[in-house]
Formats: sequence, structure tokens, C-alpha cells
Amino acid sequence: MNLWRDIKGTFQPFWVTLRYLFKRPVTISYPEQKRTPPPRYRARMILTRDPEGEERCVACHLCSAACPVDCISMQAAEREDGRRQAAWFRINFARCIYCGLCAEACPTMAIQMSPEYELGNRDPLKLVWEKEDLLVDHGGKDPNYHFYRHSGIGVAAPRGGNDDELPPVNIKTNLP
Amino acid sequence: MNDLLLTGLLILIKLGMVLAVLLSMAAYLVLAERKILGRMQRRYGPNRVGFGGMLQPLADLIKLLTKEDFIPAQADKWLFMLAPGLAAVTALLAFAVVPFAPPLEIFGRQLPMVVCDLNVGILYFFGLSSLAVYGVALGGWASNSKYALLGALRAMGQMLSYELAMGLSIVPVILMARSFSLTEIVQAQASLPFALCNPVAFGIFFISALAESKRTPFDLPEAENELVAGYHTEYSGMRFGLFFVGEYLNLVVLGAIITSLFLGGWHGPLLPPIVWFLGKVLAVAFVFIWIRGTLPRLRYDQLMAFGWKILVPLALVNLLVTGGVLLWLGGAS
Repeated sequence: MNLWRDIKGTFQPFWVTLRYLFKRPVTISYPEQKRTPPPRYRARMILTRDPEGEERCVACHLCSAACPVDCISMQAAEREDGRRQAAWFRINFARCIYCGLCAEACPTMAIQMSPEYELGNRDPLKLVWEKEDLLVDHGGKDPNYHFYRHSGIGVAAPRGGNDDELPPVNIKTNLP
Repeated sequence: MNDLLLTGLLILIKLGMVLAVLLSMAAYLVLAERKILGRMQRRYGPNRVGFGGMLQPLADLIKLLTKEDFIPAQADKWLFMLAPGLAAVTALLAFAVVPFAPPLEIFGRQLPMVVCDLNVGILYFFGLSSLAVYGVALGGWASNSKYALLGALRAMGQMLSYELAMGLSIVPVILMARSFSLTEIVQAQASLPFALCNPVAFGIFFISALAESKRTPFDLPEAENELVAGYHTEYSGMRFGLFFVGEYLNLVVLGAIITSLFLGGWHGPLLPPIVWFLGKVLAVAFVFIWIRGTLPRLRYDQLMAFGWKILVPLALVNLLVTGGVLLWLGGAS
């Protein structure tokens, strides 16, 4: 009985492999056929803009602090109207591990992961992307979010002028 | 004088054609194996170089030739350099006795379609396949690496023990054909191939041939997950290439030997003999590849136990029975 099982177990696989020989391969031939990754796919980062078309990034350095491989660096600066911005913003995609921690850390939803995955390059220096390369013209995953409409220091709206904000407290009076 | 020159020229042309066909067959068997294995695993296999991957062997050759020829520091240099050649040359030489078509009538003379029709052809093939062990053993020994040495040890044990079963399974064929010459063995199968007369001998020979060519159910000498790459761990560049080519040449040669010993050689209806011969060799090669795509590797003790406790006694009993039957038939007539 055992011998019969062994013999069957030796010869049955041949039928399986022969059947599979005539099945269609499941390979996606990459450069010719490209699969569209899901929208939340974590490939290269983008710097998004708020609904008014201004840069969302306020150069708070939280992303570069969260980055486990230290691939993000920037220089903070301030515009004349008081709006904070990055003077330069640099991501080294040769070091990036696409973990998405920067996008999680970002308080203004400026830095986001995008599904664009074709970064392959023969020159590693071409993988260092500057702010101009990273900036996009849309709001990414949450196009309506506007950081300065919820808080801030009176840049886009006067202090306490936003819908969900209370007017500033008058510190000169004792009455509530 | 002119006659001698013509004969020599014909022999040279024949040799060149055999060599070219054999080597390109070995090269394209690599591609065929990779493609067939790929399809069995539902992928394409190499399909980038040339038309559908047809130039892949050439690309591999260029890659191997341009790679660094590395010799380990403590290696036995001369043996290390010699071993791959031995592995490839023995496989090439073994083809010499295989008849691949009936004699050809050309310029009023008989041209035998075999490189060298030895009257001890089988013994010659046997001797060379034993010599092939040397290539493996010396390569593993000279590398001065424990993986290579272990691979070589395994290869030696395996090939020597399966040689015995192989030899014993050929004896019935020799008894039936009453000759050691492969040409006459093929002639004796004109009506019925020996695989049908004596399927047990065929089975034993086929299994031993698998073990002899170090292919999948018996690929312990180069078990990747235990021994890195076995006896050719330390080889790189074209030296590794020679081992590789030798392995596939061996596949072709074993296919040819199986064809001539058991499958009736170039005999077959309708189609020309050379087509029958090539078709049979390729069919055997396909079965070898199919087995590689199907069966897992044996454990070493299973391999040895199977060889010594099943194949050798079975071959001996088969030899006895065949001899008895032949004697009885001979006595009756």
C-alpha cells in the first residue's frame, strides 16, 4: 500500500508539470506591459500645494527628523508676508527606503507618497531631487486641505479669523 | 593519393559537422531547459536576447568569456586549470562511437555515419564516462574549498555506484545484440527497439544515466542549498563554462547512447534516419528536463540505498533472466 502511494507520488507530479507547460505564463513583461499601482502605493514623494496654489510645506523639519535614513534635507526661510517656506528642499532617492514615515510626520500634508515608481537611473546623482522637481501642481490625496485656514499666525486670514478658530484672548483684561 | 586525400577530406567534414552540431545542441539545450522550466513554472524564461531569446547562449558565452578567471590562492593550480577541460572533453569524446545514421554512399565510397566505429564501442563509452568522474573529483579537490571537496566526494560516490547498475543494465543489451559495437546494436534493433524487449534494463539504464549526468533527482554533487554550487563552487568565467557545457554535452551524449542502446537508434518509418535520431535524442533530453522540473532532490542516503539495494540487485536479476530466456530461445531454434 505504501509502495503504491510512493509510486503514485512519483509519477503524478509529471502530469502536473506537463499541464502547466501549456498554461499561460503569469509574468507581466515589465518594460512593455506596466501595471498601474494602487493610488496609495508608496513610491516617490511629492510636495503638494494647497487649494490656493501656494506651497504647503512650512519647512518644519519634521519629515527629515522622522526619516530613518536621513535622506531629506532642507533650509527654512520666511517670505515677506510671514509665510514659512523651504529655501531649498532636497530628497536623495538613492538613500530613500520609501517607508512613508515622512508623509506620516508631515503636519501640513505637504509631503506625500505618489505611485510613480520608475526612478531607475544609471547616475546616482540624478536621484537627488530638488524642490523644483518634487513640487506638483495639485493637492495630492486631500486637495481641499488648507493648513492656514485652520491655524497659523495670521498669514492667510487674520488671527482668529478662521471658521473653527476663536478670536485671540485679550491678555490685558482679567475678565473671561 | 588523390583517393586518400578525398577520404581524409570527407572524414574532416564529417568531424566538423558532428562537432558543430553537438556543441550548438548543448548550447541550445541550456536555452531549451531554461525556457521549458520557465513555462512549467508559468513564466517565460529568457526571451530578451535576439528573437524570443534565441541568442541567449551567445550572450552567455560572451559573458563567461569576459569574466575574470579567478584561481583561489591555495588551489592546486594545474589540476584546477585541467579539471574543467577533462569534464568537457570526455563528454565530447564519448559521442565518437554513436552511429547517427546508416552509412552514406558518397563519391562511390561508403562513409559510415559514425565518427569511429569501434568494435568495443560500449566499453569505450563506459571508460570515458568513468573518466568524467575525474574532472569533477579533481576540480573539487584542487579548489581547496570545503564545499567543492564535499561536492566532489558526493559526485564520486554517486557516479561510481551508479556506474555499476548502468553497466549491469547494458549487459542484457549486449547479450541480445551479440556485439559490443554500437553500430551493430542499432542494426539489431531494426525490427523492435530493446526498450520494448527489455523495459527493466531500459528503466535501470535511464535512472543510472540521470545519476551519471548529475541531474535533478540526483543532483547532490551540486546541491545549491547545501554546497553553494558543489564541485564548481570556486570556478568562474569560461572554466565554469566548460563544466557547464560538459554537463549539457553529457546530456546530449547520454541521450544519444540511450537512443542507440534502447530506442532503436536511427531506425524509424517514413522520415529520414538522421531526423529520427535527432528526434529521439531531443525527446530523451526533454524527458530529462521534464524530470528536473518535476522531481525534488533525494537525500544522500536515499540515493545510495536506491542505487545499491534496488538498482544493482534488480539489474543482476534482469541479467540472469535475460540470459536464461536467450539461452532457452537459442536452444529451441
